[in-house]
This record gives sequence, C-alpha cells and structure tokens, in this order.
Amino acid sequence: MIFITVGYQMAFDRLVQAVDAWKGFHSDSPAFAQIGPSDLRPAHLEFVDFTEPEDFTRLVREASVIVAHAGMGSILTALQHGKPIVVMPRRASLRETRNDHQVATAERLRGRPGIHVAMDETELGPILDRLSELEEIPPISSEASPELITHIRRFIAES
Amino acid sequence: MKRRRVLAVASGGGHWVQLMRIRPAFADADVTYVTVRATYASDVPGEDLRVVPDATRWDRLKLLSMAMKLLWIVATVRPHVVISTGAAPGYFAIRFGRWFGARTCWIDSVANAEELSLSGRKAIPHATQVLSQWPDVASASGVGHAGSVL
Repeated sequence: MIFITVGYQMAFDRLVQAVDAWKGFHSDSPAFAQIGPSDLRPAHLEFVDFTEPEDFTRLVREASVIVAHAGMGSILTALQHGKPIVVMPRRASLRETRNDHQVATAERLRGRPGIHVAMDETELGPILDRLSELEEIPPISSEASPELITHIRRFIAES
Repeated sequence: MKRRRVLAVASGGGHWVQLMRIRPAFADADVTYVTVRATYASDVPGEDLRVVPDATRWDRLKLLSMAMKLLWIVATVRPHVVISTGAAPGYFAIRFGRWFGARTCWIDSVANAEELSLSGRKAIPHATQVLSQWPDVASASGVGHAGSVL
C-alpha cells in the first residue's frame, strides 16, 4: 500500500492531485491518502482529511512506501519504521507554506538511505513509476544522536 | 540529587516527533509535556501532558490564549529546565521560564537546514542556550550545535 500524507496543518493539493492522476492509470496499486484541510476530492484515491496519531502510525506500518510533503514528522516517522519515503517540498511562492524551509530540507536529505526527493510534480511521476523498486531500509533508531541526548541530559543535571 | 522538573514543549507534527526523539535525555527527571494536540497522549502514556491552543503568528487572539495558558503552566509547574523543539509554544515557555529562573534550551527544528527559524531567532535573547541541528547554520547564526535528532 502507498500511503500519501501532507501533515495536518495545511493542504498540499499539488502533491495529492499528482498522485491521484498517477493512480488513475495504476488502479492495481493500493493507495490511501491523508490530504489535510482541503476542498479537493481525489477521484481515484481513497482519502481522509486527518488521521489520529495512532492511525497515522498504523498506516505507516502497513505501507510499503510513503509519499509525503517534505515535513520532518512524515520523514522521521517513515525512517523509524524502515519505510522508503518520497518527498516533494511545499513552496512558499505557491502559498503552500510560509517559507521555503521544505525545499532546504529536501535538498539536505536527498541521498540519505530511504529518502527519495521530487522537487516538483514533473519529477514525481518517474519516481512513482519505480515505486515497487524502492526497498525497505533498516529502521533508524527511535532516539536522537547520542551527542544530543548526552548534551540535554547534562543541561538538565546542571540546573 | 533532587529530581529536576523539566517542561518539554513542542507544537504539532515534526516538532513533536523531534521532542519524542530526545525523550531518553529526560530519564532522570520529572517531565511535564506541553503540546497542541491531546491525541499525542498516546506517545507518552502515563505522563503529565498539557495541551495549549494551536496557533501561528498570524492568529493573534489564539497566540495570546496560548501564551496565557503557558504562563499558567510555567507558574504552577515551576520547572528547573525548559526544553523546546519549537515552535510558538516553546518560545513562550522559554520567555516565561526565564521569569521563574529556569534554565532554558531551544533546539531549532532539523527542518531549518538553511537558516534558524523565526521563533528560534526570537528565542536567542531569552534562552540559556539555542542549538541548531546543522553545524553550518549554527556557526552562521552564532548559536550552539550538539548533534541532531537524525
């Protein structure tokens, strides 16, 4: 199953529409989308506006691949469950978010194991066509780097 | 040593997921979590979780209500330490935490890979410590760096 998610804060119709159009030609690929606060009614995708955190985790676990905005919640959750994730960044110029931090995130994380980047819809199609080739990865640790954990622990101890 | 009271603050989505990834650092402390969605309670079963209104800097009335609620939480919990991974609720928690003598640490979201977030920049004059998770962003902004949630 392909799980599409855009987070809960804002809609990201450009991503959902692109995957919905692709799904129209690939009806044999099961997919489920969480589309956020949007008026969009996808024609081919099963969808909900929001998921509760527990359902979100279950959908990530059941999915073979995640397609998402370049939000850290989606990316970290996918990697913690060892799922490959395709991300497309929101753009401030299209009023999809307030600044272009997702573009920077996508560029910085490109090439990490399990992370596949489409900078826009035109790059998304070819990646979706190869989805079945994207392999599961060893799940990343559920904890921050030891350096950060140790630092915060000391910060607390020194209070 | 007496157990420390920690106020751990994050808004929704990636901010919350990043806070969860530093939870092991709170192992020896009494933690009160503050976030914007009550359903996140399932991530911290049995722990003290407080919920404040979700607001962005565009919605001033909601921001004010968020700030008032955080002031109340800080004044009643009286944390020794405030830790936040962003965004607006963490900024308020750090400002109010300082009033009550807490040590405060802002961990800028790993999503801010090119420059410090606006709330991170606003936290600088008030926080004991501000950290960026990207070494080059940290040196360009004159803040600290001590690892990353990734």
